[in-house]
Amino acid sequence: MLVAESETIPIQVESDIVLVRRHCREWTMRIGFGLVEQTKLITAASELARNALLHGGGGECLMERIEANGRNGLRLTFIDRGAGITDIDQALTDGWSTGSGMGFGLGGAKRLVNEFHIESQPQQGTRVIIAQWK
Amino acid sequence: MGLAEEVAERVRQHEERILKGWLDALRDSASFRQELTGEEELRESCEAILAQLVDALHAMEANATMEEAWRPLREQLVVLTQAWVELGFSPAELAGFITLLRQPLVEALDGGTTEHLLDMISLINRLLDRLSLWAAEIFQRSQSDIIRRQQEELMELSTPVIKVWNGIVALPLIGTLDSSRTQVVMESLLTRIVAEQARVAILDITGVPTVDTLVAQHLLKAVTAARLMGAECIICGIRPNIAQTMVHLGIGLDEVTTRATLADAIAVALDSMGLRMVGKEVDS
Amino acid sequence: MTANRIPIMQVGASLLVSIQIELDDQTALQLQDDLTQRVSESGARGILLDVSSVWMIDSFIGRTISDTAAMARLLGAETVVVGVKPEVAITLVELGVPLRGVRTALNMDCAMELLESITSGS
Repeated sequence: MLVAESETIPIQVESDIVLVRRHCREWTMRIGFGLVEQTKLITAASELARNALLHGGGGECLMERIEANGRNGLRLTFIDRGAGITDIDQALTDGWSTGSGMGFGLGGAKRLVNEFHIESQPQQGTRVIIAQWK
Repeated sequence: MGLAEEVAERVRQHEERILKGWLDALRDSASFRQELTGEEELRESCEAILAQLVDALHAMEANATMEEAWRPLREQLVVLTQAWVELGFSPAELAGFITLLRQPLVEALDGGTTEHLLDMISLINRLLDRLSLWAAEIFQRSQSDIIRRQQEELMELSTPVIKVWNGIVALPLIGTLDSSRTQVVMESLLTRIVAEQARVAILDITGVPTVDTLVAQHLLKAVTAARLMGAECIICGIRPNIAQTMVHLGIGLDEVTTRATLADAIAVALDSMGLRMVGKEVDS
Repeated sequence: MTANRIPIMQVGASLLVSIQIELDDQTALQLQDDLTQRVSESGARGILLDVSSVWMIDSFIGRTISDTAAMARLLGAETVVVGVKPEVAITLVELGVPLRGVRTALNMDCAMELLESITSGS
């Protein structure tokens, strides 16, 4: 697999969530995803960007156009350096939340994309990688 | 001047000769069906590949990464291969297309010392081998893509959405309702709801063999999505044994209107739109 | 960051809101605030939320809409959402965001009909 192009978007303030959505949308349109695929990916990106900001204390999103076996895809990596998630399985269950009552949105985001991978350690931040193939 | 640069120069100098040699070889080859593509198109394809090859050689010399140097040529090959798969060329013909370039290329390298010549030929061989490998890979991928696309089309065709009346559409579901089929069904259904501005959608599951918890979940997804758009769904075609299974499994479709037959469902749909079918009065 | 304010129009006993800009979190919350205020001040019985230009609704925006509808109901108004795009509907369902407490309408005609029955009822 090769990375054809990439871009990093900071997630430090709330307006960055909109920025992530917009850039994600541009990339998906350029790659030529169908409307439903586009919307799913952008929505997943929005969820994860918000997580990184509100639960992770801020971070960044790496957007990469990837190619493998003649197929094009988009990979997004969300990194934050926050408190980390102690129980990932629980976090992936819908409706689970801490304090804010908003829930992590991770389970939902996972259902929207082709590939979903999460790494998190307490006190070491969280890294979520999602990918959608055309 | 580096090796790659020198090869590039030779190719560029003798481009016409190489092109002619290549096209002649293709024409004379028993295993390349030139009639599948036009003579002009073939010439253009060969020219494009040659031009990209020269560029790639220059880029190699300029110390671009291998990926960057070769990407345009690879992309050109992708475009060509995909087009030729559609035209009906076989993988062998595509491999032949590339192999037949070897001789004309080597012949254009005249001059220089033997050792130098050997280095250049070696480079050309490596390039063409790589091109052949790519072509084979892309060809296989294209065929898989075509198959996948046909499967999708088949799935769409097998989920026709029928306009029953103004504002009412019906979707006869036939076959198992798995997760990927549900996606296709949802998309067809919702798109048609918008197109017809249908406030009621009838899902006829007569042709769905089993309804277990998973299938019920999928059905509910479609119903919920339609509802979000402002359309109500009626599910019909639930056979007696299915009804029994569902109750035993504790599957509820409580929030959905259901009916046994399509006729009943249509009656409910008309009623919800304030319509009613009335018999014609017969003049005596 | 400053929130954008989405205009709210009053027509009869209904409030009409058409979302034409991108909804960031602050703007959504501001709308929630503005709407509940207006319902309270005007005694409106119905709210029409037009999302036909909205190309993405995530869990936060979805929940904000549900919450707003719940708040409005406490204040005596029902909410109708019109114009949800197919791809948004599919995504919301997949995401598991139910958009509770709102009625939905397929198009403006249906929406007006609904509002009529809501606001003219008891």
